[in-house]
This record gives sequence, structure tokens and C-alpha cells, in this order.
Amino acid sequence: MRHRWTATTIGIVLIAVMLFPVYWMINASLQPAGTTLQGSWIPFPLDVSGYATAIADQGRNLLTSLVVATGSVVVCLLVAAPAAYGLAQFRIRGSNAVVFGILITQMIPGIVIANALYSVYNDLGLLNSVPGLILADATLGIPFSILIIRAFMQGIPREIVEAGRVDGAGHFRVFRSVIVPVSANALITAGLFTFLFAWSDFLFALTLTTNETVRPITLGIYQYIGAHTNQWNAIMATTVLASIPAAVLLVVAQRYVAAGATGGAVK
Amino acid sequence: MTVTATKAAPRARTTHRWRQREQLTQWLFVAPAVLYLLAFFGYPAAKNVTMSLQHYSTATFYTGEAPFVGLENYAKIVASTIFTEALLNTVLFTVGSLVGQFVIGMALALFFRRYFPLSGLLRSLLLLPWLLPLVVSGTVWRWILDQDSGVLNETLQAKIPWLTSPSVALLAVVIVNIWVGIPFNTTILYGGLQDIPPELYEAAALDGAGKVNTFRYITWPQLRPVVNVVLVLGVVYTAKVLDLILVITGGGPANATQTIATQSYQLSFQQFDFGQGAAMGDILILLSLVFAVIYLRANRRPA
Repeated sequence: MRHRWTATTIGIVLIAVMLFPVYWMINASLQPAGTTLQGSWIPFPLDVSGYATAIADQGRNLLTSLVVATGSVVVCLLVAAPAAYGLAQFRIRGSNAVVFGILITQMIPGIVIANALYSVYNDLGLLNSVPGLILADATLGIPFSILIIRAFMQGIPREIVEAGRVDGAGHFRVFRSVIVPVSANALITAGLFTFLFAWSDFLFALTLTTNETVRPITLGIYQYIGAHTNQWNAIMATTVLASIPAAVLLVVAQRYVAAGATGGAVK
Repeated sequence: MTVTATKAAPRARTTHRWRQREQLTQWLFVAPAVLYLLAFFGYPAAKNVTMSLQHYSTATFYTGEAPFVGLENYAKIVASTIFTEALLNTVLFTVGSLVGQFVIGMALALFFRRYFPLSGLLRSLLLLPWLLPLVVSGTVWRWILDQDSGVLNETLQAKIPWLTSPSVALLAVVIVNIWVGIPFNTTILYGGLQDIPPELYEAAALDGAGKVNTFRYITWPQLRPVVNVVLVLGVVYTAKVLDLILVITGGGPANATQTIATQSYQLSFQQFDFGQGAAMGDILILLSLVFAVIYLRANRRPA
């Protein structure tokens, strides 16, 4: 018995060390602004002025990120869910090639995509636009989502699908009224991850926007550290706000996160 | 499509038609994804190859002209003084990150395999560094590593110029990237450990095998396929890391943390030479392919 609690103690110490940077971020965000960068180890007395500054300076960027990330989730699920179903339940020719192609996409660096997209976006007038960023950011979630939703849908019994078909429903009808409700958990997991990926995107934000009209929060932080290094409390408050989706994912979808990390990779 | 229909004997024509319609409907489910992947992965990959053979500059966006120059971009890049440095940095960054992430990730996975109170909770908390946006992690670490006021130097009672000295900056980014990658390694390896049949351990215990031998003859060989996946994915993801480096050091000081990925970004979006940037991007793809193949070949010996 005592042995088990020893392991717990070691575990707590290990996690405390691993999460120290997160603690330091929260700690610093609650301290007063100052020209001295040194912060104390505990935020006392609490000072929330960093958050006031952060929201005043970056509120709009947070909103932009929210819109872009939500849009990416919508695009991603509209594209990935039917594809995952098709690849899981139909015997379509070339479906192996599609799955292989999805794996190959992971080899292509973001900078290569950005490089080519910049020139296309320039021609199409998609630079500095929310739809442009949504479409680009969806690339971060679509391959991943197809793989994890497909893995789930392979477990849906054929009978459920066939029962729907016998009742005379078309494929799309069955998909909408049977498959989607049954797969809600997988779809939510994929959606949360896609949201997080899009929210965290920095590369597309950096390369596909050239002025301040559309500025996601990641880019906001980047410019912040370039400009106001004496306001570490506001910078850290912004990073705390930008970490909210990660925290939500950890709490809400906790048991799916580990599955998501391995999503399609190992199996 | 028709082959299966004719094979199915001269059935009624309606059946044939029905099948064709059926196949078409089924394809409609997958088609949008295929189109999307072609447009946002296939096209950029191909376009990148063409761009790397062109003189593609700011002027191109006005004139629309990007003359083909053959392999000139590649030649220029390889001849530039920064290339060797960036290549070496990429290799050091990738290998250093992978070794660190893997060894610590494996140790944590083995530790968490034992059941103890709160292990599940602690394991899920461990995931946080992996879920945080890289810009957030980079910014926080930049402050932690600050020479004069960073908490690391304060704790060590030292004045190590983590981010301002060319000789330590690369080590600093590697450390941060190891921190980012540990949760991913731990999670996948932990999953792999869970899949090893307990009977094997029971048998080993009966044979009186010690901890080291159990690991060597049971855990490691059983875990091998998962290890391969972790390391190959690790190579592919690490070689292209860009945001973390840009946020922490911006490739500096004196190009000490410039990698092929950051250099590709600099060429395209700072110097507006998209042709050279594209060539650099292609070299990056080749590099991660080579890495992955070398690793897989090295492991092909019989188990």
C-alpha cells in the first residue's frame, strides 16, 4: 500500500516538473506589469491588469481565431465525415489509395503548402481573408479526422446500415439520420481536435495574411513579443487566454485525447 | 466498374444500371475529400516542384512571369554559406529532439504502466504541453530561458545566455522541443505497452527473468512496431518544425538555429524569392524521406 503511494508521489513530482512552464505562464499573467522582468514565484497580491490589457489589445484577434477555428471545424467535418463513412463501410475501388494518400499528406511540410498557397491565394484574392484561412487551416484537421472517424465507423455493424437501406432510405438519408447520430462521439472528438489545430495555427496565419485586417491570436502573440517585451504580464495573460481550447479539450474530451494522439497512426 | 457487371452474367439491364448508380453514389461520399486533398496537398506539392524550377519573385505577382531557370535555384541554395549550417542544424535538431523525447517518453510510459492512485489523472495532465499552441509554448519558454530575468538561470544561479549565444541556442530549442514532444511519445508508447499480453510477463516471471531481461526479451521486441511508428512520425514532424523556432529565436543568433524549414520560410516570405524557398521546401521533403528510410532500413534486421 505504501509502495503505491510512493509511486503517486513520484508521479506528482514528475508532472509538476513537466507542467512548470504552464504554472509559470499563469503565475506571470497575474502579476503587475513592470520594466523588471523578474517575477515572484507566487502571484501575490493578484493583479489582473494583464488580462485587461490583453483583452483590450488582443480581443479582436481572439475573436478572429474563434471564427477561423469554428469555420475550419465545419469545413473539416463536412468533408471528412462522409469520406470516413465511405472508406469504412463501402467497398470502393481505390479506397486503399485514398487512405495511403492521406498518410502521405503528413509528409508535406506546412511551409511547402504555404509557399504554393500564397501565390494561388494572391491570384484568387484570398490573402487576408477569413475564408482563405479557414480553408488552409482545415488541412490541419481533415486527414487526421478522416482517419479517426473511419476507425470508429469500421466498428458500426453492417446491420444498422442495411436496416436503414431496407426501409427504403437512400445512402445520404441513412448517413444523416443513422450514421451521424451513432458516431456523435467520434465526430465531436475530430471536431475538437480540428478546432485546436486551427486555433494553434501559426504558419498559415503568418504567411497568408499580410496586414492587420485578419489576425489570429497566434500571430497577435508573435507581434506582441516583438513589440512590448516590458509587458510580460499582458503577453502571458494572452497566452493563457490562447490556451483555453487546449484546457477545454483536456477536460471535456479527456478520454478521447489519448485515442486521438494515436489516431490512425498505429492501427 | 463494368467488369463486375458483365461477370455477374447477363442479368437484367436494370441491375446493371442500379449498380452503376450505386457505385456513383458511394463515390460521392469520398469525392469531396479527394478533391480537397488534391487541392490543398497534391496541388501545392506539385506547384512547389514547378516553382523551384522558376525564377519566382515579387515581380512575378505583378507581371505574372516566372521564367524557368532549370536547377539554378537548387544550385544557388546549395552554394550559399548558410545551407550547410541549416542542414546540420536540421539534423542535430531532429536527432536531438527525437532521442530526448523518446528516452524520456519511454521512461514515463514504463512508469505509468504501474497502477497507482491518481495515475490516470496524472497521465492526462501530462498531455497539456502537447495540446498547447506552439506559439504559446515558445513564448513562455522564451521568457523562462531569458538570460537576465529567466527563471531557469535564476534557479541555477547562473548567467547562461540560452538564446543569445550561438553555441547554446540550438541546445535551448532542442530542449523546448523535447518538452513539447514527450507527451506524444509517452501516450503512444503507453498504448503499445497496454497491448502486450500479460501472459508473456507471467511466463517470464515463472522463468525467473529479472527486470532488465524482461524488458530486453519481452517489452522491447513486442513494442517494436509501435516504436517504429513513433520514431518515423517523429522524424516527419520534427524535421519540419518551424513555428517554435521562429518564436523562440527567429533562427538566430547568427543563424545558429536556422533549419531547412526556417530557411525556406525566410527565402520565400522575407526575401520574396519563392523559387528558392520552394527548392528549399523540396529539399526538406527529401530530407525527411531519407531520414525515415534510413531508420526503417536500419531496423530491418531479423528480430
